[in-house]
Formats: sequence, C-alpha cells, structure tokens
Amino acid sequence: MAEIQIKNVAKIFGAYQALHDINLTIADQEFMVLLGASGCGKSTLLRIIAGLETATTGEVWIGGRRIDHLSPKDRGIAMVFQNYAVFPHLTVFENIGFGLRMQKLPNDEVTRRVEKTATLMHIEQLLKRYSGELSGGQRQRVAVARALAMEPDVILMDEPLSNLDALLRMEMRAELKGVLADSKTTAIYVTHDQVEAMSMADRISVMHQGKIIQAAAPIEVYRNPSAEFVASFIGNPPMNFLPARPAGAGRWTVAGQTFDGPQADRAALQFAIRPEDMQPAEQGLTALAKVVEPLGAHLLVTCEVEGKLFRVILDSDMKVRPGETLTLAPQPDRIRWFDPETTLAVA
Amino acid sequence: MSARVLPYVLILPVTLFLCLFFLYPFILVSQQAFSNGSELTLDNFREVTSHWKFPISMKNTLLLAAVVVPIQVALALLMATMVSKMGKGRDLVLYIWTIPLGISDLAAGIIWLAIFDQSGFLNSMMHGLGVIDKPLNLLSYQHPGVVFLAIALAEIWRATAIMLVILVAGIGLIPKEYYEAAEVFGASPWKRFLRITLPLLRPSLQTALVLRVILAFEIFAVVAALGGTLFPVLMGETYAYQFDLLNSRAAAAMALIILGISIGFTLIILRVLRVPKGASI
Amino acid sequence: MTDAVASAPGADTRKSARFLYVSAVVFLCAWVLVPIYFLLINTLSSPETVTSFPKPFLPEFDMGSLTFFAGFAGILTALKNSVVVAGMTMVMSIVIGAPAGYALSRFEFRGKGLFRLLILLTRAFPLPLLALPLAVLFIRTGLDDTAFGLAIVHTTLAIPFAVLITFSLFSGIPIELEEAAWTLGCTRLTAFTKVVLPLILPGIAASAIFAFVISWNEVFAAAVLTIENRTLTAFLLQNLDTSPLHLKFAGGFILVVPALIFIFAVRKYLFAMWGIANR
Repeated sequence: MAEIQIKNVAKIFGAYQALHDINLTIADQEFMVLLGASGCGKSTLLRIIAGLETATTGEVWIGGRRIDHLSPKDRGIAMVFQNYAVFPHLTVFENIGFGLRMQKLPNDEVTRRVEKTATLMHIEQLLKRYSGELSGGQRQRVAVARALAMEPDVILMDEPLSNLDALLRMEMRAELKGVLADSKTTAIYVTHDQVEAMSMADRISVMHQGKIIQAAAPIEVYRNPSAEFVASFIGNPPMNFLPARPAGAGRWTVAGQTFDGPQADRAALQFAIRPEDMQPAEQGLTALAKVVEPLGAHLLVTCEVEGKLFRVILDSDMKVRPGETLTLAPQPDRIRWFDPETTLAVA
Repeated sequence: MSARVLPYVLILPVTLFLCLFFLYPFILVSQQAFSNGSELTLDNFREVTSHWKFPISMKNTLLLAAVVVPIQVALALLMATMVSKMGKGRDLVLYIWTIPLGISDLAAGIIWLAIFDQSGFLNSMMHGLGVIDKPLNLLSYQHPGVVFLAIALAEIWRATAIMLVILVAGIGLIPKEYYEAAEVFGASPWKRFLRITLPLLRPSLQTALVLRVILAFEIFAVVAALGGTLFPVLMGETYAYQFDLLNSRAAAAMALIILGISIGFTLIILRVLRVPKGASI
Repeated sequence: MTDAVASAPGADTRKSARFLYVSAVVFLCAWVLVPIYFLLINTLSSPETVTSFPKPFLPEFDMGSLTFFAGFAGILTALKNSVVVAGMTMVMSIVIGAPAGYALSRFEFRGKGLFRLLILLTRAFPLPLLALPLAVLFIRTGLDDTAFGLAIVHTTLAIPFAVLITFSLFSGIPIELEEAAWTLGCTRLTAFTKVVLPLILPGIAASAIFAFVISWNEVFAAAVLTIENRTLTAFLLQNLDTSPLHLKFAGGFILVVPALIFIFAVRKYLFAMWGIANR
C-alpha cells in the first residue's frame, strides 16, 4: 500500500512563494498528473515529495509513514528526470542496476532484475552501451527502466517525455501507461502537456500560481472545470467566454440571446462554451468569421461575437469564408457559468 | 549534513587559507609601509618616491604596459578570430599559440636573451645579411631603444597567450546564429567583427585586460634577464629594496604603490568596458 | 551577367585572401616557435659555440652545455626543489580549492557574493608582493626557506584559478545526475564519489597541472622566500649576473620543457576552463 498524503505543504524561496498550502491525497496505484504552465509549482511539489527540495511547512506521508524529514534514498521512491540523467560513465546495464547495487543486492539478483526491466522497456540489446551511444528515446527508456528496477512504492516523473519528438512522445505515452499499470506502483507525473495529462492520468491536478485549482478525473476537468483558469487552460483551443446579464427567473442574456442558466442573484456571469459545442443553426449567436483554418478532421474558425474573440470547431465539409457572418447555437447541456468575481464555477 | 551548513563547510578551507596567507600578510605589509617602527608615518613613501630611480622605474613600467598591452589585445583578437573559422589543424595551431602560456617570464627573458645577446641570433642574422661585420652589444646603455624593444617583444611573445585563451573561450560562447543573422542582413566580415564579436566579447575582454594589466605592472624577471639594471621597473626596485638594501619598510611601501596602480587601472577597465545589465549573452 | 564571368574575379580575391590567411597563421606559429628553437640550438651546443659568433642556425647536438648545467653546484637540488614545491602547490590548491568550487556550483548560500569577491580579489592582486611580509612571518614560525613555506605562497597564487576552474567543471555536470543518484539510494557523499568524481577526474587533473605550472614558473616569491633551498627559477635569477651564458640557456630550456608537455596535456581544458570562469 502506497497512498501519498500531502498535508499543508508550502514552499517559499526568499521572497517568492512557490507553493501555497497544498493538500492532496493520491490513492495506492493511482496515476496522478500534476498539470500546469511553467512556474506554477508542479515541479517544486514533485521535488518536495522526492526529497530533493525541503518544504517550508507541511508534511508528506507515503504508505502511512511520514517521510518529509528523510533523505531521498530512504523514501521508497524512484524518479525519472526530464533530461533522463543517465550516468554517462556507466553502461546501460550498470545504470539500470545502479540503485540495486546501492542496496547491496547479490550479483545474480541484480542481473535478473536488470534483464527483466530491460526486456520490459525493450532495451535488452543495449545493455553494454554507454549513454553517448544512445538516442534520446533510448535514453528515456533507460531512465524509466532504472526507476522500475528499484521496484519502488512510488514512481515520480518530471516531464519525462518533453525532450522527445512528437511521434516518439505519442508512442512512449501509451507504452509508459501500460508499463506503469502493470507495475502496480503509485505514480506522480509532472507535465505541461494537457494531451499527455488527459491520455495518461487517472486523476489530474491542475496547478496555477502555487495552488491546486482542481483535482479530478480527466473528463471531469474537461467537462466541468471548477474555475475559469481550468476552463481557459484545458482544451485546445480553450473554452470561449462571453459576458452574461440577468434576464430574470434563471434566464441570462448573452450577445442578444437568452439562455437558461443558474438561479443566482448576481449582476453578471460569464457564459462559457467549448468550441466544438457550437453548431450552425437558424437562431443563435451572430459571429463574424475572421480566420478560417482547415485542420483536416475539422475546421477551426476564429470569430468575433460582439467584439469578443470566439473560436468554434465546425465540420470540415462546411464552407466558411473570412468576413462571413455565421449564426451559431450552443449545445444547451454543455454551457457552463462562472462568477466573474470569484472566477469559480456557478451551478 | 544539512544543505544549509554544507556549503560553509566546503568554503571554509579556502576562506581560512586566504585569510591567513592573503588578508593577514596584506595587513602586515600595509602596517610596515606606514610605520617607522613606532608610529604611523608616510616617511617610507616619501623615501621611495624621492629616490632618483623612482620616476624612471615608474615611467618605464607604465610605458611598457602602454606599449605592450594594446599590441597584445590586437594580436590576441586577430589570432582568436583567425582560429574561430579554422577547420583542419585548429587544435595544432591553438596548441602552438598557447605554448607561451606555460613559459615563465624568466624563461621568456632567457629565450629572448638568446636572440638579442652580443653573440645572439639577431647579430648572426644581421651578419649573414651583411648589415654588420662585427657583433654589436645590443643590450647595453648605448642602445636603450633596443633594450626596450627586446623587453617589449619578450612580453608580447610570452603573455599574449593568456589573452588568446580567454578570448577564444569567449568567442566560443557567442552563438553562431548571431553571425548568420548579421550576414543575412548584409554585414561584411569586418562589420560582423566590429558589431557582433567585439561587443559580445566585452566580458572576456574585461577579464583578459584586468589580468594582463595587473601582470604588466608586476613585470620583473623578463627585465632582470634582458635589461638588468639598464631598465629599472617598479617590481625590480621592490626586490632591490628588500634584498640589496635590506629595507623592508621601503619595499612594503613600493608594494603598496604597485597595488594602488593595479587597483586604479582595474577600476578604469571595469568602468570603461562595463556590460549593461541584461545585455550579456 | 553569367556565372562564369561573375565568378572569375571573385575566385581570385578569395584565393589571395586565403593565401594571406594561411601565411598569417604560419607566421604567427613561427613567431612562437622560432625563439624556442633558438633556445634549443643554444642548449644543444657546446659552451664554446654558445658564446661564438656568428651563430649556427642548426643545433650541433653537443651535450656540453647540459652536462655543465647538470654538474653546476646546487642546480640539481634547485631542480628538485622546484618539483617538490610545485607538487605541494598542486595538491594543496586542489584539496583546498575544489570543495569551494563545488560549493559555488551547487549551492545558493548567504555570503556567496562576498566569497566570490574574495576569490576574484585574490586573482586581481599582485600576489608575489605578499612574499615580503610572509618572509618575516615564516622566520617566526620556522617555515622560512622551506619548500612548504614557498608552496603556501604559490598555493595562494594558484587557488583562485583552482576554485574558478573546478567551479566551471562542476557546473558542467548536470545536478540531475547527482539527484538521480540520491533517489537511487546514494547519500550526498556516495553520489559524489560514484557519479561526480569519475566524470570530473580528467578536469581535476588538468587544473592540478595548471597549478603545477603556476608554481613551477613563479620567480619573485621564490627568490624572496628561499635562500638555501632555491627553486630553479630563483636559482637562475640569483645567478643571472654571474653565471655563464650556456648555463642560463640550459637552465631556461629545462624551465621550458615541462611547460611544453603540460600545456599539451591540458590543452583540451584550457578553453573550457576560461569559458565559465569569466562569468
């Protein structure tokens, strides 16, 4: 059992507060992704769990044991680094076996586990090579194998795929997900790539300015963002926002149209809708097409609605020219509402 | 050990060592320079500066620095740019050019003595060309210009290498894209050197100049080997006060004067070649 | 205009520029090498030839000067002293300097700026001058006229370089390699010995050699601090006025030879060392 509990963790670098009062519980064998833009504190949080950084305040527990005072080697973790950190003076075999040798395991046990994990990562033919003779993808595999060979309770990954090219990244994404599921370890995975996060995670923690904004299953984060930040960060392109005025009795006026909305006593709300949830209709929002980008599978049209930027994804068979005026209707059950003051979702 | 204490433990040996053998003797030398055994005084400075050799040795040292350092800068820049676009043979050429880096000033003086000596190679060459028929005693009081030339050449020969190394390293840090961009915008090789290499090389030039100028004021053994007493310089006078005249207070005062000049010039170089904040590579 | 017409004069100027470039390189190589060659001729000539006129431009491979040098009273001891002092300087400057280089490259700590200033100040200081007060201090402590006493002064001279060079060497090793070792079961110390040290060793050797050369070449402090136990440079300096020419040349040659070898040994690191040390 390796449940991870992060309790009231904060980190201050000089005058800069990198993390604010983080609380997070990660279940045994869960795949948790920390997602956010660079500088949001996700890597700092991971490094605090690893013991490479000390929290200013707060506690970290793994499997019911408080570990934040222990050095990295005593925490039962293994880590995969962004630049792989494959030791250049050792062969692939010795790299994978490095941690096992530090535990003073007998030679035949080291060999057995190195060969097992190398086979798992498809690098068994590279064991005698040095890292200088490996491609980026192969180095990545060595780094993962080295972590897995430790048979850790928790595996921590800091942007492990960001240095690979797009095709390789997609391939490794699927493979890594499979390998980690089989290994039955708890995983924390840091990335700024939302596709990676959506496709791999059991749960995503969206981070912003040192805080966790929302921690939920990928589809939940996508469909029901808890705050404007999540809505504008997740999705490519992100959600569209338009100001809404109350029209009484739970009705709201958006760009001259009225929609059913929350029964909230507020002077204004933000109306939000995903680009793919808009359809051409007889009656709806009037949008002026500005830029039309055919993307193969669909058509991305950047429009203006009452002077506000508004993107829609339409069927690629539709003929739209810049300068044209479109009438678009939102799919009613996909409309979301946010409070402009708190930026939080309003049901 | 905690990461908070560890760095201090690691720098402790150097700090102790430098306090004991750098700061402490520095305080001692200052005390000595400003005392006559019982009280604070400027007598030692008055004594050394009023000596008839002081203005000459000061003039010689400054003149030597003023002639040698600019030539070294130009030569090192030329060599560094030549090397930067060299393909085959770069390593060999760089090795040859940096050989003087390992040669002491004394050895350099002796090497140039072999050339300028009465039975040296310069006389032999001039003889072979029929310019002279008997060897001249070039390094004598009759030829003060030649003595100066020999010392200057030996210094240029010996100490350009350290500048070269610093500048080559500096040029290596300038991304190639800047040159390509300048070339695309139509800059000639000379303009590229003037507009890209020189400004971006400023930190390295700064280091090289500071180091070289300080060493130029410390010139001693080259002069001792080539000019002897014919060409008095500050450091040589300091040595003479300590050993020939056994006047360590005067030697200390001389040391402080050399130090003062070094610091003054260092500050000037740092000021003139300062890099605006955020404008470095 | 056709290509053929356009390219003809262009190719011509390119050719002459190329010629100018190559001859400049050759000239500058000769500028460095020929004086050393002259010293070699003198060293490998008999004492009579050294003082004769005109000079031959080829060495006659006579060991007379070198034999005379080897037989000259005190010179072999001086040579031995030079090696001993330089060896001590090498060891002390690395042992004392390298930890500081590591601290500078790996830690942010209060007083780091001040510490760097102290190091730079040492580098920008006419250090041999400190030999004067140290001479007095050493007499009191019994370190006067010893190899160790001189090695201390030479270490002061070599330490700023040792710190800055090791600083840039350690900075060249990604911190992630150490962090990876920590997560794989290493302590700070074992991560250092198992990961950092094997990677850094050639660079450390290069900076040690650099320290050796600094000490080997130093004249002023050596002349001030040693009387009986002269190093080779101090010995030659002291006898400049009185010693015969062939002794000077042979001595100069013996001073130059290790320099040639050492610069060759560290040539790969020379530039890397300065690249980061400038920052």
